[in-house]
Amino acid sequence: MEIADLPISTSHRAKLLAAGYSSLAALSAASPTRLARDLSIEIQEAEDILKVAVGANKSKGVDGLSTSSVIKGAQNAWDMLSDEQSRKHINTGSADLNNILGGGIHCKEVTEIGGVPGIGKTQLGIQLAINVQIPVEYGGLGGKAVYIDTEGSFMAERVYQIAEGCISDILEYFPYCHDKALSGQERLKPESFLADIYYFRICSYTEQIAVINYLEKFLQEHKDVRIVIIDSVTFHFRQDFDDMALRTRVLSGLSLKLMKLAKAYNLAVVLLNQVTTKFTEGSFQLTLALGDSWSHSCTNRLILYWNGNERYAYLDKSPSLPVASAPYAVTVKGVRDTVSSNNSKRVRFLGMLSGANWAPIFEH
Amino acid sequence: MANKLVSEMRLPPHLAHLLAARRLTTAKDVLSLPEVELMGVLDSGIHTARAAVAHVSEIACPPYQTALALLEAVRLRGDGRLATTLRGLDEALRGGIPAGKLTEIVGPSGIGKTQFCLKLALLATLPECYGGLNGRVVYIDTESKFSSRRMIEIGEKSFPQIFRQEGLAQKMAGRILVLRPTSLSDFTKSLEQMKVTLLQNDVKLLVVDSMAALMSSEIEKSVTGLRQHPLRWSLSFLKSIAEFSQIPVVVTNQVRSQSSDDGYHYSFEVGKKDGTNSAERLESHLIAALGIQWAHAVTIRLVFEAHSGHRFIKVAKSPMSPAVAFPFTVESSGIILLTDEGICVPGPEITSIRFQGGVRPASVRRRCHKINAMQVRTGGACGDCTWSSTMVGQPALSS
Repeated sequence: MEIADLPISTSHRAKLLAAGYSSLAALSAASPTRLARDLSIEIQEAEDILKVAVGANKSKGVDGLSTSSVIKGAQNAWDMLSDEQSRKHINTGSADLNNILGGGIHCKEVTEIGGVPGIGKTQLGIQLAINVQIPVEYGGLGGKAVYIDTEGSFMAERVYQIAEGCISDILEYFPYCHDKALSGQERLKPESFLADIYYFRICSYTEQIAVINYLEKFLQEHKDVRIVIIDSVTFHFRQDFDDMALRTRVLSGLSLKLMKLAKAYNLAVVLLNQVTTKFTEGSFQLTLALGDSWSHSCTNRLILYWNGNERYAYLDKSPSLPVASAPYAVTVKGVRDTVSSNNSKRVRFLGMLSGANWAPIFEH
Repeated sequence: MANKLVSEMRLPPHLAHLLAARRLTTAKDVLSLPEVELMGVLDSGIHTARAAVAHVSEIACPPYQTALALLEAVRLRGDGRLATTLRGLDEALRGGIPAGKLTEIVGPSGIGKTQFCLKLALLATLPECYGGLNGRVVYIDTESKFSSRRMIEIGEKSFPQIFRQEGLAQKMAGRILVLRPTSLSDFTKSLEQMKVTLLQNDVKLLVVDSMAALMSSEIEKSVTGLRQHPLRWSLSFLKSIAEFSQIPVVVTNQVRSQSSDDGYHYSFEVGKKDGTNSAERLESHLIAALGIQWAHAVTIRLVFEAHSGHRFIKVAKSPMSPAVAFPFTVESSGIILLTDEGICVPGPEITSIRFQGGVRPASVRRRCHKINAMQVRTGGACGDCTWSSTMVGQPALSS
């Protein structure tokens, strides 16, 4: 590392170079008082600069004391494989969707989910916030959720409905376990699921940046959070920005921070995105918003779309899984698999509107 | 929160002085800069820059709540929903038009959007024992369609017991404040003034009829790239008014015909082209004006459409409701549903807007007692009454 790469202020760097300290070796030999005199700065500031320089030396491996890795901070691929295999996934509610995702939403990764309005992005986000809380003995992660809402589409009553649906499914699949302990009973109430979702309502892009910066501190205090959902990451960035270059810089800063948080705290980050139209290949096509540079930022991308009369999810980008589509449905209990046959909950089918059976309904 | 002043943040003194010296006065200034640029502006080390960002972020970040606290607040407050008195629709929407969110009503002209808005405005003024919100209503009428005579007629026919009382009609009508902005700048000015007065004057509903009319006049004036700006600002302002005052906000939208400029498929779907259907689709299907950005931003979207000789209200976008459609008619007492059981609409049909078959012009008030689907489609007169269907705009397409 050179003097030019040290994380110190520009004026200090200029003074160092002007005073003749052109390499780290020269700097390490100096004492604080000498440095302070040469640069005409305070002794405290000189000590800070030397601390930074010593730190830089250590990471270069000059001391040569670390035996566990050739380069500090690296992990070998074999260790990573066993790490990945032991990682848990967050159930999305639909088995088909879980399959194309390789078991569910991955922890330690950033997943982007986008689609047209009304396709079920918020529904999926809420379902994930509930499913992450499924206790470990029932196959879940037993963690808490952070839900960052920029659009105001989070409705508490719907979250209650989805929590009830999740609990009824757990009790259906594990009929003998639930009466084990009273504490288990307590945990399987919708109120306790809602109490473990931390909700932030964001009204501008400044607040969005602030909350992502604040998450670092928040996650240190709440170590059991296992998923962070941002619904949607696009809204404020489409409203206020005139300077597109600034927007790209801010967004890339956000995505890097989110990736860092995902890895450091072992949680899944899910970003919900909107769609826009783009002119490619001679026609207008739908594509996810925020531009091409943003599309590189996420590790996984899932696009929700209509295929005929069914909702489908298409895995567009993943480091380890092939592209694939799977159908899913949004029911009163939340996101579930589709049923190809008639569902008793449905009232009538659209076919009746074609004219033949209409008259009897109006006879009062 | 974004414009919170750094001087009010109670940061550690050296940070506060540093930020003030570099003229970074609001949270927005500090947080919009990437880290490296901030280091350059402050002329300090990375640790100082990070500490400044962390402090400012913590203070600018809004406080969190648990979802349970939200639910309890909603249940406690009685949540301010406006019940529409259309039983099927209220059940589908879990109580009525929600408070604090933006609800959009979109449909072709003459279908009944303004009638619906008039009824909602009236309902909001009624006392709570009759299912109303007992408050004032601000009705922003951009196309001069508000008719107080029609509204009183709706009131007399739907709630005769209230309106027979002396002076009550005047009291109810007196609670509705009608604004008639003639341009977008008028509209934005009145919105800005309104934000504070909404709470002071006990306003319980805001209706904008219609949003698209304001925007269309602006579109001709400006370059395509800038078209989005006034829309974006009004959108975020309406949303913030809704949330700030926790009242229902209802906005109506117009329709336009589809053009080949509208994208419908993703790049991975390009393989399947519905060739034969597309020409028919373009003629009979309309789409909402104001674009896809607006569609993402509204929380609830009710689509009013007409086909097979009947009109339907479809719940096209709602986090709370299944995709259902209700047939309705417009009568002297306003809009009524023909059946309270919703028809389930699978697939993307729920968001499409059709305009086929006969639609009664708004001036005819007679009710047809027997609706015979076949007669309506061919355009003849119904045998029992003098109602005749007239085709407005679209050519007759057999569905």
